[in-house]
Amino acid sequence: MAEYSVFSLLKNALTGNKDWKPAWRKPDPKASYDVIVIGGGGHGLSTAYYLAKEHGITNVAVLEKGWLGSGNVGRNTTAVRSNYLLPQNTRFYEHSMKMWENLSHDLNYNVMFSQRGCLNLAHTPAQLDDYARRGNAMRHLGVDAELMSVDRIKRLVPALDVSGSARFPVLGGLMQPRAGTARHDAVAWGYARGADRRGVDIIENCEVTGFLRDGDKVIGVTTTRGEIRARKVALAVAGSTGSVMRLAGISHMPIESHVLQAFVSESLKPIVDTVLTFGMGHFYISQSDKGGLVYGGDLDGYNSYAQRGSLPIVDEVMSEMLALFPGLARVRMLRSWGGLCDMTMDGSPIITTGPLPGMYLNCGWCYGGFKATPASGWCFAWTIAKDEPHEFNAPFTLDRFYRGLIIDDKGQGATPRLH
Amino acid sequence: MLITCPYCGPRDVIEFTYQGDGNRERPQPASQDLDAWNAYVYDRLNPAGDHHEIWQHSGGCRAHLRVVRNTLTHEILGTAFARGGHKSASHRTEGKP
Amino acid sequence: MSSRRTDTGGRIDRLRTIRFTFDGAPYTGHAGDTLASALLANGVTLFGRSFKYHRPRGLLAAGIEEPNALVTVLRGDVREPNIPATMVEIYDGLVAVSQNRSPSLAWDIGALNQLGGKILSAGFYYKTFMGPVIGPLKGTRLWMFCEHFIRRAAGLGKAGAAPDTSRYERMNAFCDVLVVGSGPAGLMAAKAAADQGARVILAELEAHFGGSANWSGETIDGAPAAEWAGRIVGQLEGNDNVRLLPRTTVWGYYDGNTLAALERVTDHKEVPAKGEPRQRYWAIRARTVVLATGSFERPLVFPGNDRPGVMLAHAAERYAQEYGVLPGARIALFTNNDSAYRSAVALKKAGAAVVAIIDVRSDVSNEMRRLASEAEAELLAGHAVVATEGGKALTGLKVQRFDLTGGALSGDERSIHADCLAVSGGWSPTIHLASQAGAKAEWNPARQAFLPPQATQRWIGAGAFTGSFSTAEAVAEGRTAGLAAAGGAASSAPLPVVEAAPGDPDPAPVFEIKAKGKSFVDFQHDVTAEDVRLAHREGFVSVEHLKRYTTLGMATDQGKSSNVPGLAIMAEALGKPIPEVGTTRFRPPYTAVSIGSLAAERFGDLKPERLTPMHDWHIDNGATMYSAGLWYRPMIYGLAGETVEQAYVREARATRESAGIVDVSTLGKIAVQGPDAAEFLDRVYTNMFSTLAVGKARYGLMLREDGLAFDDGTTWRLGEQEFLMTTTTANAGKVMQHLEYFLDVIWPELKVTVTSVTDEWAGAAIGGPKARAILAACVTGTAVDNAALPFMGIVRGEIAGVPVMICRLSFSGEMAFEVYSGAGYGTRVWEALIEAGKPFDLVTYGLEALGTMRIEKGHVTGAEIDGRTTARDLHLDWMLSKKKPFIGSAMMDREGLISPERLQLVGLISLDNRPFNGGAHIVEELDEDNPHDSIGHITACCYSPALGKYIALALVKDGKARHGTRAFVSDPLRSRFGPIEIVSNHFYDPDGSRMHG
Repeated sequence: MAEYSVFSLLKNALTGNKDWKPAWRKPDPKASYDVIVIGGGGHGLSTAYYLAKEHGITNVAVLEKGWLGSGNVGRNTTAVRSNYLLPQNTRFYEHSMKMWENLSHDLNYNVMFSQRGCLNLAHTPAQLDDYARRGNAMRHLGVDAELMSVDRIKRLVPALDVSGSARFPVLGGLMQPRAGTARHDAVAWGYARGADRRGVDIIENCEVTGFLRDGDKVIGVTTTRGEIRARKVALAVAGSTGSVMRLAGISHMPIESHVLQAFVSESLKPIVDTVLTFGMGHFYISQSDKGGLVYGGDLDGYNSYAQRGSLPIVDEVMSEMLALFPGLARVRMLRSWGGLCDMTMDGSPIITTGPLPGMYLNCGWCYGGFKATPASGWCFAWTIAKDEPHEFNAPFTLDRFYRGLIIDDKGQGATPRLH
Repeated sequence: MLITCPYCGPRDVIEFTYQGDGNRERPQPASQDLDAWNAYVYDRLNPAGDHHEIWQHSGGCRAHLRVVRNTLTHEILGTAFARGGHKSASHRTEGKP
Repeated sequence: MSSRRTDTGGRIDRLRTIRFTFDGAPYTGHAGDTLASALLANGVTLFGRSFKYHRPRGLLAAGIEEPNALVTVLRGDVREPNIPATMVEIYDGLVAVSQNRSPSLAWDIGALNQLGGKILSAGFYYKTFMGPVIGPLKGTRLWMFCEHFIRRAAGLGKAGAAPDTSRYERMNAFCDVLVVGSGPAGLMAAKAAADQGARVILAELEAHFGGSANWSGETIDGAPAAEWAGRIVGQLEGNDNVRLLPRTTVWGYYDGNTLAALERVTDHKEVPAKGEPRQRYWAIRARTVVLATGSFERPLVFPGNDRPGVMLAHAAERYAQEYGVLPGARIALFTNNDSAYRSAVALKKAGAAVVAIIDVRSDVSNEMRRLASEAEAELLAGHAVVATEGGKALTGLKVQRFDLTGGALSGDERSIHADCLAVSGGWSPTIHLASQAGAKAEWNPARQAFLPPQATQRWIGAGAFTGSFSTAEAVAEGRTAGLAAAGGAASSAPLPVVEAAPGDPDPAPVFEIKAKGKSFVDFQHDVTAEDVRLAHREGFVSVEHLKRYTTLGMATDQGKSSNVPGLAIMAEALGKPIPEVGTTRFRPPYTAVSIGSLAAERFGDLKPERLTPMHDWHIDNGATMYSAGLWYRPMIYGLAGETVEQAYVREARATRESAGIVDVSTLGKIAVQGPDAAEFLDRVYTNMFSTLAVGKARYGLMLREDGLAFDDGTTWRLGEQEFLMTTTTANAGKVMQHLEYFLDVIWPELKVTVTSVTDEWAGAAIGGPKARAILAACVTGTAVDNAALPFMGIVRGEIAGVPVMICRLSFSGEMAFEVYSGAGYGTRVWEALIEAGKPFDLVTYGLEALGTMRIEKGHVTGAEIDGRTTARDLHLDWMLSKKKPFIGSAMMDREGLISPERLQLVGLISLDNRPFNGGAHIVEELDEDNPHDSIGHITACCYSPALGKYIALALVKDGKARHGTRAFVSDPLRSRFGPIEIVSNHFYDPDGSRMHG
């Protein structure tokens, strides 16, 4: 399949764009594979890509129950950052950040990663100390972070209300300059195309209905498109983890599925040129290249598989938005949607071998999964290929909860809705 | 979403605080069975369908309720006081506006 | 009166002239005009520029679905961007400007994008800008360089910088029946339900009730439909059970039959009446909803279909009938169905020349042929439009013979001179709310439309919404729905008699005419039929991929007119029926909603403010306040010229030397009462409370279920069965919920009640060597000496005639007392204490001095109990009772919680005599350029007047083993590096001799 470039664009323009080929094939499933990846979202696709690219394992199928990228990779607010407090998280997400910085080139697909920075606003002295702790933690791991004064914040985002009369005046902020946003769908498509070009079969509209077992060992899956066998079966199904694990006879997991809403405004000329978070609530905002303000807030706060949001959170998010940007009251919210978040008991993910022989598990992304896409797939591919975790994902085990080795960046304990 | 508090009547979800999976069984206080404690604290049924859960009417009478709610449709199938100690929400209530 | 305005007809008031400006030019219109109709009447054809190619665009529609004519409305400095001109009611002084053009609407430099032609095809940006691996543009740099320009070129209107000073209001409403839409179906439903005695709300998104009755030209019960509608509205107005909401868009259908609506209360007024909000946000809980939301006409896709002057047939009809404006002098119609024939007749009657009706069908019914001749139009059956002509206004079009079965064009092109082309591609029911309510729409091959799904919530559909496009059906279904919604029996009474033009509701399945030239599917986003086919070629074939790859349907009109044609073109490319491509599930909002309306009363007032009873005193006496959660608390009481550090050092030093007083009213306070209260506290706290004597207090620690530290505070035993628990300020609410949860859910057998009394008590902590003398000077009714009030003892007495409760406990490490009084008397007691303290050099101190003294003592607060630390980490393991289980006891010894690698609480002393910063890290090896290997961080820091040094509390890996060793503070964020000594967290008076006195 042809490389994409400005030259291929020109060449195809001359032939009326008639010669473009599908970005990925639509093969029928084979009877067996070396590895089956369940879940054609960002993580599943990147796992397949890195299995092929890094480990030479190309006899791989990605099974997607609906259309490719229909999960959270297609319904998130596109922020990419590695500004975590705890070293286990920071190391992993920084690995991801470094991969993002070269991802468009690596995939030969412009994922539009734009390093416009991520700024966490602080509103109390205690919060400023908290952010300093986190920023310093990042710096001690070689990650970029700086504190920003109110003056600099005002220059960066002139529309922001930094006046002392605000209910929660801005006292400063923690900036990660290398953070930013990417075009979420392009990430799924780019990985799909990249994996496909390396021989991976991407099979859409193929829902897993059960697991084939040999004793304890998982040896394949049954699907709506027939039985498929594999030496290794890997799960990357995010919000559906509970349901798919139940098919394997595992009824309980340290995970709850919650709905998180996101919103887009009508298209506007540039007004927010960074990713911004509010410190006295749960609110974040950026602006897409098309001009829509992309923003969101807290989880709806109860278990849900409905991908439907509730009204109180809509009101809450908009109120917080106007607390920061009182000039945007007349701007209009154009779209809203809900994504399913697989919330773990400590807010950190799971990438591990097991829990059954022949099975590999990637889940628990809470609402931070998009930015993890490259590193998640990379680490998961490593774990699948070598049957042991890479040091980046070694802390993200399933049994860490039971052993008290929790990685709780927010310090909220086993209450998933608070992470 | 409207939740019918047996004491206060049907109220908007905004008055309630979600307290999670109501299927969990807390071990006896003196129990040293760490597996049981781990299961209680960390493991969730997380079904896609009817779910037994605990809600507190925090913006009202502050009672905790056992609620059966469908996680696919958000339909409330029943509510009861948690203090009764019954694990399932026994009586059906209707979400009348 | 302009040439386009008819002499009669419509519901505009020709006697009232209204003046407004568009792009700075003055115009006039009439009361009842929209900006669109008024400009059209003035001969304006160019309304906007498209998003990508900046093509000139005119009006496509007359209602909410308008994709092209977006304007910004200005009120002084306050801007409202992206409003369809079709939805702006004009008022005197209206200022509207066009968007997304530079320098002007007529001459837009962005139109050069059209020269990019086929390079700028759908998704072109995914295929380039990837950047090299090396060199100055490596990584993301090339993209970000290009993106800079793309961002400036993209975007539509400009948001304002000036804060909106308007007020927004929220209303909660409850009703038996909510009727959405006030066309004939909605009116009948509302009337039928109201006649049953039901509480009804009728919401209409436009300014006038009546829907299609306002412009259909039909007759109902012998009167013009608009008159009939007015009569029904009049009857509804007279019914107390009915609330009529014009200009109200129901935009969200949420769980539990909760619907969200936006009422535009004063947007159409020059000056709002006193007290009127700009907009009102309605949250409506309806027992049953009647969806009578009508349908949208679809455009046809053909080359040049975006030329200004090409508009929907019903829109042309509507401009003529409702606003008395002819959209053209020579009008041609192009259709695949019967409804356009009625439009043709209406346009003819209004005074336009209808030059031709071009119908893709060759077998046009006799009834339609009769209507065509009534319109005096040439009927070109079996023809299609293949091109349009003109620049910023339509001048003509070309037609060719069209074969319905294969879509082939044949014969010679024929030119037709026309300045308006009215197009009808069939109708799509407005099923958005039903889809939001939770189910998937179904394709109806006869109607060529998605029809509403089975109801998953309590709604009933009526009229065009259900695919019943005739008014007679609408009237019948409306009544049935209204009766059913109100719980009434079906009626056999005669229905209103409708006289309407005949017509078959089923269109020919033609969506696109394939000829040379750009054919637009999504007008605003410039998505062409060729873009859809490119998406197909590249495998983006499912409806969601199509949308996301081409941006079809993602514009401000949300694809109301483009979704179905786009799907149809994809289906044809795939060779599959339309439903196999799928339909999008609609999500809120139905149309864009102002963010101000959603924030409503919280706009400008996000969260409540919590003030202690003594708040005003603090302000009056020079306190600098800062916020702690929702609370405001004094930081320092600075003297003139003092820095913050000078102030807190003075306050802390004076407290340790004489006495100081601080407001502690914000501490959480919970009354724990009942026969099992002591047992309950034994289970909740890690240490024993059942052994606590009445009249004594004890410091307690709580863990979470997972064994980590949760909160601490003192709890006072006021009686055998009565305790007063205090919590940290930050955790007051959480602790309360924690206690309630255990009492309700886990231990319902315990006879205990808990009550939050935080706001009932004012608290003042007074400490220092002279504190007892001050109390002795003002407290009556009790002694306060060591015998009457030992350490952790509690007494009751009076200060200034106010009953008080005094507990001798210390956070500062001095001999100290907490004095609690009823909140209403807080200031009185506070002032009495200040007065009594004057001879003893009593100072007031704020949180900074409080923090300083607690750091000197090594006490923990939320900075250390941060949700990640254990009791052992904080050296509080002495509080973990071995005699009883407690919350967290079973989990606290798991391997990860007792590892030596954990962070432990230590004290730090600055060895370079420079201040620390909170959040600084600790390292064993200093490397300022490349900081690494942090072993911990500072949680709190201050200058210690007691030690004469800068000190800090910190959490450090294996900290206890490091006492007496040296390390470095490493704070690259603030470039503060330097040597430190690690010591015990108990800096000052470790054996507590001062507080024990």
